[in-house]
Amino acid sequence: MSGAALSLENDPGPVVASTPIGTVPVAITINGEQHRLSLEPWVTLLDLLRERLHLTGSKKGCDHGQCGACTVLIDGRRMNSCLKLAVTLDGSEITTIEGLGQPGNLHPLQAAFIEHDAFQCGYCTPGQICSAEGLIREGHARTRDEVREQMSGNLCRCGAYTNIADAILEILETEERA
Amino acid sequence: MPDTRHEPIRVGIGTPLDRVDGPDKVTGQAHYAAEYAVPNMLYGVIVSGRIARGRITGIDETAARAVPGVVEVLTHRNRPSTPWLDRNYKDELNIPGDPFRALESEHILFSGQPVALVLAETFEAARFAASLVDVSYEAAAHNIDFEASLAERFLPSKKRNSYHPPKNHGDADAAFAAAELKHEARYHLATEHHNPMEMHATTVDWHGDGTLTVYDKNQGSQGVQSYLCNIFGFSKKELRVVNAFVGGAFGSGLRPQYQVYLAVMAAKHTQRSVRVVMTRQQMFTHAHRPEADYTIRLGAEATGKLTSIDGDATTSTSRFENNMEDIVIWGMINYASPNMKGEYCVAPRDTYTSADMRAPGAATGMTLFEIAMDELAYKAKVDPLDFRLLNYSDIDAMYRTPFTSKALREAYRDGAAAFGWDSRSPEPRSMKEGRELIGWGMATGLWTAEFVKTSAKAKLTADGRLEITSATSDIGTGTGTVLVLVAADTLGLPPDRISVRIGDSDLPHSPVQGGSRAAASGGAAVQLACEAVGKRLLKAAEKVDGQPLHAARSIEDVIFADGRMILKSDPSKAVSCADAMQAAGLEVIEEEQTAQPGLADRISQMTRSRNVHSAVFAEVRVDEELGQIRVTRIVNAVAAGRIINPKTARSQILGGVVMGMGMALHEETLGDNRLGRWMNHNLAEYHIPVNADVHDIQVIFVDEPDPDVTPLGVKGVGEIGIVSTAAAIANAIFHATGQRHRSLPITIDKLIGT
Ligand code: FES
Ligand code: FES
Repeated sequence: MSGAALSLENDPGPVVASTPIGTVPVAITINGEQHRLSLEPWVTLLDLLRERLHLTGSKKGCDHGQCGACTVLIDGRRMNSCLKLAVTLDGSEITTIEGLGQPGNLHPLQAAFIEHDAFQCGYCTPGQICSAEGLIREGHARTRDEVREQMSGNLCRCGAYTNIADAILEILETEERA
Repeated sequence: MPDTRHEPIRVGIGTPLDRVDGPDKVTGQAHYAAEYAVPNMLYGVIVSGRIARGRITGIDETAARAVPGVVEVLTHRNRPSTPWLDRNYKDELNIPGDPFRALESEHILFSGQPVALVLAETFEAARFAASLVDVSYEAAAHNIDFEASLAERFLPSKKRNSYHPPKNHGDADAAFAAAELKHEARYHLATEHHNPMEMHATTVDWHGDGTLTVYDKNQGSQGVQSYLCNIFGFSKKELRVVNAFVGGAFGSGLRPQYQVYLAVMAAKHTQRSVRVVMTRQQMFTHAHRPEADYTIRLGAEATGKLTSIDGDATTSTSRFENNMEDIVIWGMINYASPNMKGEYCVAPRDTYTSADMRAPGAATGMTLFEIAMDELAYKAKVDPLDFRLLNYSDIDAMYRTPFTSKALREAYRDGAAAFGWDSRSPEPRSMKEGRELIGWGMATGLWTAEFVKTSAKAKLTADGRLEITSATSDIGTGTGTVLVLVAADTLGLPPDRISVRIGDSDLPHSPVQGGSRAAASGGAAVQLACEAVGKRLLKAAEKVDGQPLHAARSIEDVIFADGRMILKSDPSKAVSCADAMQAAGLEVIEEEQTAQPGLADRISQMTRSRNVHSAVFAEVRVDEELGQIRVTRIVNAVAAGRIINPKTARSQILGGVVMGMGMALHEETLGDNRLGRWMNHNLAEYHIPVNADVHDIQVIFVDEPDPDVTPLGVKGVGEIGIVSTAAAIANAIFHATGQRHRSLPITIDKLIGT
């Protein structure tokens, strides 16, 4: 995989003093902040975010790319962070739910999710919102059916789907008008 | 002084309110059980056993222990000792049998049973080492096949507390034999797993001073606290359980799950903080909705009027506990028939014990019964809705007691109108558009309305802020938001001045959250606590110069609005709460109250039935060649008494309907009996509805004032949405295709195989 090769290419000859044996140095920008990290090659982006950086907004619902709860934006594109090894992301820009907006300074999608009650337990929600942001940036979805289809990688066991579609459509329509 | 002629804006019971925890949830600031940052913490990864029954003959931990960062491998051989008697392991649900104890002994009771817990400094080291634990087994004969287990079915002598035995009337056999119209068939529901999006997880914060905080995914912090204290010898002062945010549960968190037991055991053993998170695969090794077999026999006059109802059901359980559900009573409660009887058994298999899942019993029993009713309606050549009305019962037909309220007729009427039911063409296969057959079906939903002892505290500070606390949980139901609305309603405060804290065993007592009772019970407790605060405010108002409220004898004589007490008899007289507190020299008014059914309530509970009703209408479009079924429209009209928050209540129904769509078309845990294991134990192969599956759902709450059902007139909405949604869909599929499917889910293979 190109990702694995990338981490090798980026491995500088002399190992940095602080890099423990068996780890790889990576520089990743997360929510605008640069992180220089030394990581074992088997650490996923999701576990890096949740367990090492305490950015627990990205959720783990399966760890297998089957639920979408871990969706983040990598260089602007939505991805399941449980399927990405962190060492393959040297030089990438990552936006997690924490980077989209904060209480008191909500991203329009976050506000629309509250307004439309597009969640119940809230566990799939950060993934839904990041995915919706990715979907809007892709620019392929125009209709409700397209939104529903293209949001189907994000499961919601609480069944908030109709409200999720309402919230996303509201933002899509305001963006289109703008 | 504010202008008293100005009509105050009242936000209270009945106002649609955004979730109070919404901003935290949409920004990732809400912390679920596995998301508390705890220093110096160990990661525990559970090793799942490979066989379904037998014993462990050996465990080789050498390779696992050699992984850098591994601290300990706990197995049945080296685990700390725990109490011997079963009663120490009983949880709030008190299921008859021997509660499962992880790492108890070499005996294996089900596939996926935890056989080791690997503890390491990082998650990755623990996960890798867990894959290296080498366990050998001696397998014994097992059975997880439900059909085969029916040969062993029995009625347990010790019943589960929540079980309601059917009450028989007349002679159902004779009436059936003599009936002009008869219908008899066997119905089936597959095993389903709850699969909340958050996996069961625990973070134990070992404080090092003999106390610990257990952040755990569950539906009742205090029940889990008692369970852990009983087993591990902590006092309730030492061990606190927090479930402030719960990523769904649907019943899987009613009982303490094995990861919390293992996490606390490991923390005590290593004297360190520990986090244990199940994998999605491990989410298939515990709670699940029982598989069900239900034979229904209905007799009727030629007109379609029922003369006999006879049900005989079996649900699956484990070999070590007898989980029981109410399956056969729902049809007997709902429909008038002079003769009725029911029988119920459990069938043991070598799996974990089945468990309550959203609307346990009714989601299975009422749903399957409503398919049978649809079949008889066709035999009687009566419209399915008219057929229900023909057999309508104004009283509880099984207990023969009146209801506190039953607005089911109104639900039928409003649901049918919204759906456009009267333009339905009665014949199956008679509606078509393009290559798709269209079918319209309907069904009746039924659930109970309960109210249980719950406490809450209200604390008003001089700055006009109110804090509500109760140990109750919010598993996505909107409990916290509902409590804020009740408080706003009682004390006339704007919601943004009210904060709520729930989900913590240190807070006032609350039972486990389940059965749609949290809003009615917690709401009643909050109302009492706020009324107690209101009484003290009124007393404090006596100290205000000129005593503007001296005419008020009790809080009944004033209106609380806009942070003020206004005299009902003369609205020009008012005192602000802040002024009253200041005049009386009060910084804080704090009151804790407990709402519980009194003697009169308990008598009334025996003489009057308390139920929630619904009418569900479904439209499906079926492409017969592809075997594709789309549920294009659902209308669910619900009679659930008073609705505290229409916004979150609607979402509860939407969620129940979506899960009902899963029950109808997707959800099925498939076992391979050669291995004794669930095979589709992941979210790619255990299908739940996705966004593309869900088209249009309309929720209607019909007006149903009922001051008697619970103190607030609330019946609860957590379960009713799922009940009979699958029946309406199955009935619509029959109407579309002429194919009658009696085994749920109705998957593509069933549709194109017939
Ligand atoms: S956790 Fe990544 S897709 Fe489920
Ligand atoms: S809100 Fe609970 S899973 Fe989507």
